[in-house]
Amino acid sequence: MPRRDDIKRICVLGSGPIVIGQACEFDYSGTQAIKALRQEGYEVVLINSNPATIMTDPELADETYVRPLTPDDLDQVLRESKPDAVLPTVGGQTALNLALEAGRRGIFEHHGVELLGAPLEVIEKAEDRDRFKALMVSIGLEVPRSFYVHDMAEARDALDEIGFPAIIRPSFTMGGAGAAIAYNREEFEKMAAHALSESLRSEALIEESVLGWKEYELEVMRDGKDNFVVICAIENLDPMGVHTGDSVTLAPALTLTDKEYQHMRTAAAAVVNAVGVTTGGCNIQFAFDPESGRMIVIEMNPRVSRSSALASKATGFPIAKFAAKLAVGYTLDELDNDITKVTPASFEPSIDYIVTKIPRFAFEKFKGADDTLTIQMKSVGEAMAIGRTVRESLGKAMRSMETETWGFDIDVGEADLDRLEALISRPSPQRLWLIGEALRQGMSIERVHQRTKIDPWFLHHIAAIVELEERIAKGPRGKVPAPAALLEAKRGGLSDPRIAALCGSSEDAVRERRLQAGVRPVYKTIDTCAAEFEAHTPYLYSTYEEEDESNISDRKKVVILGGGPNRIGQGIEFDYCCCHAAFALRDAGFETIMVNCNPETVSTDYDTSDRLYFEPLTRENVLDILDLEARSGEIVGVLVQFGGQTPLKLASAIERAGYSLLGTPADSIDRAEDRGRFGELVTRLGLHAPRWGVARSPEEAFNIAHQIGFPVLVRPSYVLGGRAMEIVHSDEQLDSYMKLAVRASPDHPVLIDEFLAHAVEFDVDAVADGKDVVIAGIMEHVEEAGIHSGDSTCCMPPVSVGHETLKVIRETTESLARELGVVGLMNVQYALKGERLYILEVNPRGSRTVPFVSKAVGTAFAKIAALVGAGKSLAELGVEERVPEHVSVKVPVFPFVKFPGVDVLLSPEMRSTGEVMGIAKDFGAAFNAGMAGAGVHLPQGGRVFISVANSDKQAVIPVAKHLRRLGFEIIATRGTARKLEAAGIACAQVNKVAEGRPHIVDRIVNGDLTLVVNTTDGEQAARDSLSIRRSALAMRVPYFTTLAGAQAAAHAIEASRSQGRVLPAVSLQDYHQRPSFAAGEEPDARERFRG
Amino acid sequence: MVDPRYHGPALLVLADGRVFRGQGFGARGTVVGEVVFNTALYGYQEIVSDPSYAGQIVCLTAAEVGNVGTNARDDESDKAAAVGLVIRSLSPVVSNYRSEASLGEYLARRGVLGIAEVDTRALTRHLREHGAQMAVISTEIEDVDALREQAAAAPSMAGRNLVDGVTTKARYTWTESSWRAPSAEGLSGAEPPPADLRVVAYDFGIKRNILCKLRDQGIETTVVPASTPVAEVLAEEPDGVFLSNGPGDPAAVEAVIAQLRELVADDRSKDLPIFGICLGHQLLCLALGGQTYKLKFGHHGGNHPVRDERDGSIAITSQNHGFAVDVDSLGEGAALTHLNLFDKTVAGLELTGRPVFGVQYHPEASPGPHDSDALFQRFAAQIREFRGRPAPSEASAD
Repeated sequence: MPRRDDIKRICVLGSGPIVIGQACEFDYSGTQAIKALRQEGYEVVLINSNPATIMTDPELADETYVRPLTPDDLDQVLRESKPDAVLPTVGGQTALNLALEAGRRGIFEHHGVELLGAPLEVIEKAEDRDRFKALMVSIGLEVPRSFYVHDMAEARDALDEIGFPAIIRPSFTMGGAGAAIAYNREEFEKMAAHALSESLRSEALIEESVLGWKEYELEVMRDGKDNFVVICAIENLDPMGVHTGDSVTLAPALTLTDKEYQHMRTAAAAVVNAVGVTTGGCNIQFAFDPESGRMIVIEMNPRVSRSSALASKATGFPIAKFAAKLAVGYTLDELDNDITKVTPASFEPSIDYIVTKIPRFAFEKFKGADDTLTIQMKSVGEAMAIGRTVRESLGKAMRSMETETWGFDIDVGEADLDRLEALISRPSPQRLWLIGEALRQGMSIERVHQRTKIDPWFLHHIAAIVELEERIAKGPRGKVPAPAALLEAKRGGLSDPRIAALCGSSEDAVRERRLQAGVRPVYKTIDTCAAEFEAHTPYLYSTYEEEDESNISDRKKVVILGGGPNRIGQGIEFDYCCCHAAFALRDAGFETIMVNCNPETVSTDYDTSDRLYFEPLTRENVLDILDLEARSGEIVGVLVQFGGQTPLKLASAIERAGYSLLGTPADSIDRAEDRGRFGELVTRLGLHAPRWGVARSPEEAFNIAHQIGFPVLVRPSYVLGGRAMEIVHSDEQLDSYMKLAVRASPDHPVLIDEFLAHAVEFDVDAVADGKDVVIAGIMEHVEEAGIHSGDSTCCMPPVSVGHETLKVIRETTESLARELGVVGLMNVQYALKGERLYILEVNPRGSRTVPFVSKAVGTAFAKIAALVGAGKSLAELGVEERVPEHVSVKVPVFPFVKFPGVDVLLSPEMRSTGEVMGIAKDFGAAFNAGMAGAGVHLPQGGRVFISVANSDKQAVIPVAKHLRRLGFEIIATRGTARKLEAAGIACAQVNKVAEGRPHIVDRIVNGDLTLVVNTTDGEQAARDSLSIRRSALAMRVPYFTTLAGAQAAAHAIEASRSQGRVLPAVSLQDYHQRPSFAAGEEPDARERFRG
Repeated sequence: MVDPRYHGPALLVLADGRVFRGQGFGARGTVVGEVVFNTALYGYQEIVSDPSYAGQIVCLTAAEVGNVGTNARDDESDKAAAVGLVIRSLSPVVSNYRSEASLGEYLARRGVLGIAEVDTRALTRHLREHGAQMAVISTEIEDVDALREQAAAAPSMAGRNLVDGVTTKARYTWTESSWRAPSAEGLSGAEPPPADLRVVAYDFGIKRNILCKLRDQGIETTVVPASTPVAEVLAEEPDGVFLSNGPGDPAAVEAVIAQLRELVADDRSKDLPIFGICLGHQLLCLALGGQTYKLKFGHHGGNHPVRDERDGSIAITSQNHGFAVDVDSLGEGAALTHLNLFDKTVAGLELTGRPVFGVQYHPEASPGPHDSDALFQRFAAQIREFRGRPAPSEASAD
């Protein structure tokens, strides 16, 4: 059936901020869907709160609503924008949940809007675990046996049916909290009792354990005529028990016979038919008992997912794009396979390589978090690698992580086999490496299998890699292996740095010898069809084989290096910049060549650039690509300034290899990053920066700290996202930090900076062409300096400073850009303390805020910067600073709920995973929208709890007054209460936890509070009040841990009172049409926003 | 360093001179055959044991092969089948609860030469560009020129009748149903119905799973040699006749074509259900006066979309053939029912007004998707209608 003509306008639901379990993959799928729908001539309306996405670029959809993904907001958009249909299946669980909620409220019916892809009934059937299980049983499939129990007697009966090990899950807790596995009766009694008491409704699920079974996932598509295809079968290396998002996974499935695989395929088709997924992509997860062949259905998602993005990248089959087309009426055979051009989309991709996905974790950011991998996902990103063999693929995957690992090179110190056996028995981020080490030390594969339940097939390959490593290690020290041995090592998947480490040589020496010997990779195409048909899309990966099919051109080329796996501090914002560079440079006539290894992203869509290399962003792999591409045509430059720290680290190696960078040269980057050189620069320009020093020993640290004076900011010398950064107030704190930090990175000294207390922080993004400088945007942080800029809420334009300050900021930024010779993007962080402006940091590269600023102003600065890098001038491009009339607020989103026991206090250590944007005509309303987008729904009234640090006891008074004026009842701990009462603010007292019950946590748990304001000084105070913040988090009570945040909240509540909670539907495109001001001509912020 | 997976260097030399060096496994020696590529991701054992590959060297595009070993139950035949196997990487271990022997052991036992560590993608691209062709694998001869000459001298597949080498010598009866997964019985259906129907299958190189799938429909099959006279078959008054898959050029199997012409024309078979798969389908078409031709590199894989032209539904199919039926010469009274969407070649036909049909692909799968089970149901339903028998659910209800 061709496309439907009865609908004209379709609303796509986005997935909101990046959170654990929902990352860039939905920008990729949403972007594909929007492009596909517009290609078909539909008008597309998008609602998404995440500004860092390509999908929210104003040119992508016809109307883009950057606002919270709530039913009320959706209702508002549907009312004003009047689409005919809503597509809820490309925006992850967020979009699906939003559709469910809106559907239950009758919003779609009310507006006469149809749900495309999956009707409500289907979503409910797949999402409701009980209904889903019953449905599976009715079609003859097995599910894990389980029983809901309400008391211990029922629990024991259930156990008799199920046996050990048994999984016990309390019902109605957040994020699967409290799930446990019992192996004996004693444990069971304890765990079941605990679960029943934990559950809000005294209910628990006792479930059969399929721990240790093999886990598979089938990515499938179905059209409106019931045609069904499997796009990709994915096998988990980590068996059942580790969330698939936290597992190493491979494609295709590798340890199934055809009989077993086809049985699974037939079962998947039956599941899809039973659930009744109308059209689109979905996935079905299976557990498979390797000893008996029993197969169990775990779950299905009636939407595109993280794994469908992976499957798309793994096969070249764009699932989301086709899902959108199927949703508007096409059948699979009516769509063409983009890559072959001659065959239809109604087929199943065949792949002649092995794909490995490996998760990236961030436990180091969450002090006290347990890094055991469980059924709840904890990873923050992933990398994908492609090789012709499993060994090559796995090796590439491991080094794509950018965790300074180049093979099975974990340092386990003195750990012996007994210790290793214990270590590998627990799933953890290091387990794969630990297994390698255990095998190296002689543990049998059988033993490793017993402890890990990982299929022996994988273990044999790991053992073979380790054995290959050992052979090189046994060769002469300091001598690079001979050509034949080198070739064998490369075919076996070893990296140059690993070979260098094993033979005691350097990476440079290995590379040189390897190239001399002609041991170079060839490049093969990902073509959906295992070479059966000619591919027209240069989507490539490297391998050590005979035939190279890269077919390079003789054009002028720009190589864009992406950001690699998402992590905290480096995520979708950088991918956004890379994509923009690709779009702009392609339009400018260059051949764009993307290198990246993150399967979630838009940058790794083969449509984004002219050529795509799916390769690790390591020196070896990048130089190999450059050497290849340089053989024909001209590499105009390599763009390293858009992909975050990852490509930046490669900048000097790239220059040394004789390739030039596009834009800002490596030396300028170094001048900004090197402390000493930067200090000289600041002095030269007559600017101010916090005083600082470098300490290589605790004694030095104390000396420097005393010279500067406490408080000081301390951190290891090389950081991304503020890792291990802390504000230290005393000798005692410094002492404990030095022990920790020095242990954390023994080779790197510690940086100590003057900490500017009570300073206002600014982030400035600018673009320069070597001559002119244009400010993209000046953002003011809501929180005071000392909180990582990535974790701060910020506002654009600034709200608390006037023209004079802005002028100083502008002039300083311009002089920095000129002095550094920036060509392209630059980000500067400032702190304003009193009248003095301090420079905290200068980064001559694209920053996390570039997409936010671009969307606030309506200018695609990353595109401009890319063109500038390629030789255009800002004057030619006609760019100048514009200050919008509306206010944009960026609000960070945190993963604390996934890490039990971890403190939620904001700090110099970045811990947010994503961000949302609120736009409105004033600060309060924009902040309110931002908070709602981040899932924090500010109360309209009720009772606020206030407990602040001594240093905040004066400043809290205006905030408390404001909240009283808004009608809030105040309760406070003794010290704060006294201060408030003294200021004439009515408030009641409540016990601290240590002061006896009922205490503040009791009040929070009982639902007595609507708002929590809690600031602390020092570690002891933070420890004492941790339970307050954790219970606020668990009970979903909005909390603020800074006074500035609380004050902003008061403004937001006031705005929402006067303007209504749901803002009118104004699209980004509309905002960009509105008048803006030239720099210096904007109205004084202080008058405009805070009156 | 010797890789324990392999027994030593081996050569694959194509008739056009392209040489691939690799490592030998399985049987040793020298073998000549037509090299074709297969893009199926699963089921190497079923592929290697499929008699349709008689005289051929199969290059698997799947990257890692041998992972799940082999077992007797998954054999498609113990007849001659593929003579050589070309792969990228052989598994160092067997990991599957059903496995009985490694792929290397299995190939050695069947006398099949394996060559691994070959750039199979390069080989596949070469075959795609230059067409399937004769080739030699050798683990003993190092003289590339001699091997090339041997390959070039070998007769091409076109014009070769390979059926005589693989058809059964003696008739036999098949009673086993298809493999059932250890769980999810509802999905595989209950026990197969009692075998109340009897079909005679002409064996041109039949795959076991065809017989199993027929049995799943309540059909007991008597497999007869390709040379069995039509009169003899019809004298048995079978409920239906099945024409099997098999190797080689259909047009070269002249005696069989003549017999089938007789079968289709015979008065007694006016309403007799006849079902042909692959070579059987091609022979049926030739018997009807149609024509076949050699494809450049054939269809070998498990992902080919076939559209049923009567209702527009699509099945993902298992395919394995080097020849195809000319769409413009379907033969007398024959109509196109199924189309291969990859290259718009004929994937199925039927005789108008008669219960006679054939498909170019493999509804028995093995390996491949089981989307086309309905064809066996259709055959059984036609038989029941022809014989006036009730459907099995009614028949077995007690």
